[in-house]
Amino acid sequence: MADNQTYYVPEQSKWPIVATVGLGVMLYGLAAIMVNGKQGVETTGSWITFWIGSAIMVYMLFGWFGTVIKESRSGLYSPQMDRSFRWGMSWFIFSEVMFFAAFFGALFYARVFAIPWLGGEGDKGSTNMLWEGFQATWPLINTPDPEAYPAPEGIIGPWGLPLINTILLVTSSFTLTVAHHALKENHRNKVKIWLSTTIALALIFVFVQGYEYAHAYQDLNLTLQSGIYGSTFFMLTGFHGLHVILGSLMLIIMLVRILKGHFTADYHFGFEAAAWYWHFVDVVWLGLFVFVYII
Amino acid sequence: MYLMFSFAMFLLGGTMAMVIRAELFQPGLQIVEPEFFNQMTTMHGLIMVFGAVMPAFVGLANWMIPLMVGAPDMALPRMNNWSFWLLPCAFLILISTLFMEGGAPNFGWTFYAPLSTTYGPPSTTFFIFAVHIMGISSIMGAINVIATILNMRAPGMTLMKMPLFVWTWLITAFLLIAVMPVLAGVVTMMLMDINFGTSFFDASGGGDPVLFQHLFWFFGHPEVYIMILPAFGAVSHIIPAFSRKPLFGYASMVYAVGAIALLSFLVWAHHMFTVGIPIAGQLFFMYATLLIAVPTGVKVFNWVATMFRGSLTFEAPMLFAVAFVILFTIGGFSGLMLAIAPADFQYHDTYFVVAHFHYVLVPGAIFGIFASAYFWLPKWTGHMYDETLAKTHFWLSFVGMNLAFFPMHFLGLAGMPRRIPDYALQFADFNMVSSIGAFMFGATQLLFLFIVVKCARGGEKASAKPWDGAEGLEWTVPSPAPYHTFSTPPEVK
Repeated sequence: MADNQTYYVPEQSKWPIVATVGLGVMLYGLAAIMVNGKQGVETTGSWITFWIGSAIMVYMLFGWFGTVIKESRSGLYSPQMDRSFRWGMSWFIFSEVMFFAAFFGALFYARVFAIPWLGGEGDKGSTNMLWEGFQATWPLINTPDPEAYPAPEGIIGPWGLPLINTILLVTSSFTLTVAHHALKENHRNKVKIWLSTTIALALIFVFVQGYEYAHAYQDLNLTLQSGIYGSTFFMLTGFHGLHVILGSLMLIIMLVRILKGHFTADYHFGFEAAAWYWHFVDVVWLGLFVFVYII
Repeated sequence: MYLMFSFAMFLLGGTMAMVIRAELFQPGLQIVEPEFFNQMTTMHGLIMVFGAVMPAFVGLANWMIPLMVGAPDMALPRMNNWSFWLLPCAFLILISTLFMEGGAPNFGWTFYAPLSTTYGPPSTTFFIFAVHIMGISSIMGAINVIATILNMRAPGMTLMKMPLFVWTWLITAFLLIAVMPVLAGVVTMMLMDINFGTSFFDASGGGDPVLFQHLFWFFGHPEVYIMILPAFGAVSHIIPAFSRKPLFGYASMVYAVGAIALLSFLVWAHHMFTVGIPIAGQLFFMYATLLIAVPTGVKVFNWVATMFRGSLTFEAPMLFAVAFVILFTIGGFSGLMLAIAPADFQYHDTYFVVAHFHYVLVPGAIFGIFASAYFWLPKWTGHMYDETLAKTHFWLSFVGMNLAFFPMHFLGLAGMPRRIPDYALQFADFNMVSSIGAFMFGATQLLFLFIVVKCARGGEKASAKPWDGAEGLEWTVPSPAPYHTFSTPPEVK
């Protein structure tokens, strides 16, 4: 607390209200699309609502971050603000960890308790009477009620595309760290090269993941509807995929900022935040690779 | 802003409670349809928890934490602003479901699957997104609180010198960040189950409805501490102020809050003793739950010890605080009864449970909020409130609240199930008493509105420190506190 100067209090800003309206309209539209779609009602109006909301969100993101970048570039922020941002980002990542924890929890619960019980083992084995003859296996290639949830014909083995993806992501974490060190030493060209490499690796990852999904849907009948294996598989990898895309966007914005000559060797928290986020995404993938694909 | 919003929601949720109690005034179906009754219980729970109690405490945090740690405002003011605006937005969506085809959510505030997935009304999807928005708002609010406390403290204010309200909020914020994402995850799974054919909570696809309850209560139990810990903090300011003695056992208070928070992660399945979890699980969760009584006991002991041989005066904040200690302890004891797994098989889903959580939430959380409001009103408005009216408010609330909720213990022990619009004749008397009490409590809250408005508009000028026993940085600045109070950090010895 030693280096407190006078506090920096930013100007009043319109962005929070814009963000609220945007998010509200967007989600309202999304919910309307789902509800109306399910009832077979026309959804054009809902789609329009959704796109209007999304457009407001994009406008807000550019505007809000633009303001922050401008304030930061004009040297308005004190080291104290910097620490606030750091705490904010760390706790945000922690909340993301807990979000994934919920899905991992669902996976473990299904595998350790629910499926064996349905198969007649353990404490609550009597639930087996619901679907007699159900065999508990993991990966679950026969669902208790195949009519409601047709089982997958196969699953994705870990040592093909997923292994490639693992290598891609781990490498990208390394290249990003190299870029970070280069930034600290003020070798700006090196930063550009390594950061671009990271982004390229990230995009290849997303592409491979998309290819894998197509393969699962078309050839293996492994879909969201194919029982708890498909549900957990797609939700975990899918949310991870969304985070990869978000992380890549952050990195691309950092690249643009570097090309524009932003950041100094000492002060580059925006870059660091994106890097933290990227490492977090990478760690989640390792968890996925071990628990979803291998074991 | 937060406080005004939360009070509006409190009145709305309260109106729904009035509908419930009016229906239960006599046996038989009189006023509303059973479906609408279900929607009322659901919305009453959701609005009170997420719309009234939580924003009220966030509001207190926003106002008091910067004052207490000597900062001008929260650390990330714009984000703070956003997390506020998201709340009305979320509740707009939630309340709009009342007017949709198929009605509002009707499955209780715990929205257990498959009631909420397979058998839920179409508006469930809107409800899910409303929960998402509230979650984003709470997480951002919590991040802000942590950043403010860890980063904006005045020089010299070490962690163990922080006021207790700040401490309890630090721990609450940590709980929020840890559990709100889990809630987001579980409603996302619901969303997928409803709209995209996944089978997280459907056993015919290999999922399990009980999984929903595990995930929900992993969020839900810390959530109840989120609603009570800030009240603990506020009461720990008020009791010393009116006892004119420093708080007894400051360090043990801090550790007790920490212990409660940690334990809260290990007790979720005590809400689920009757769903068929393995016996070893029941025993573990029973013992873990009983352990919570220890740190809570430490706190109650410390409050009583603070009052012991103090020179007590009973202004309105103190009255609410003392009532808080007594009635919260009653709620705690009924919690212990419920925590005992074999006994819980008898009490589960009866009015005993309703009595228990209303005893911890109404005289716990809500009285904590009233106490804080009266305690800090002079600081906020620069005027003293009307003491006579405030005391009337207290006594009417106190009597009404006990009249409403105490008979519920008997109803529950006699076997009246919760969440039903009709009941057997032998429960009629207690239900009538309870309804009268509820109307009394509800009507009294209009008096509170009047007192606050009157106080804001004028009255006797308040000095910088209107309570002679009060301590802390917030009393060193004039009342009302100037805009962006501390632009340079004050010195704390």
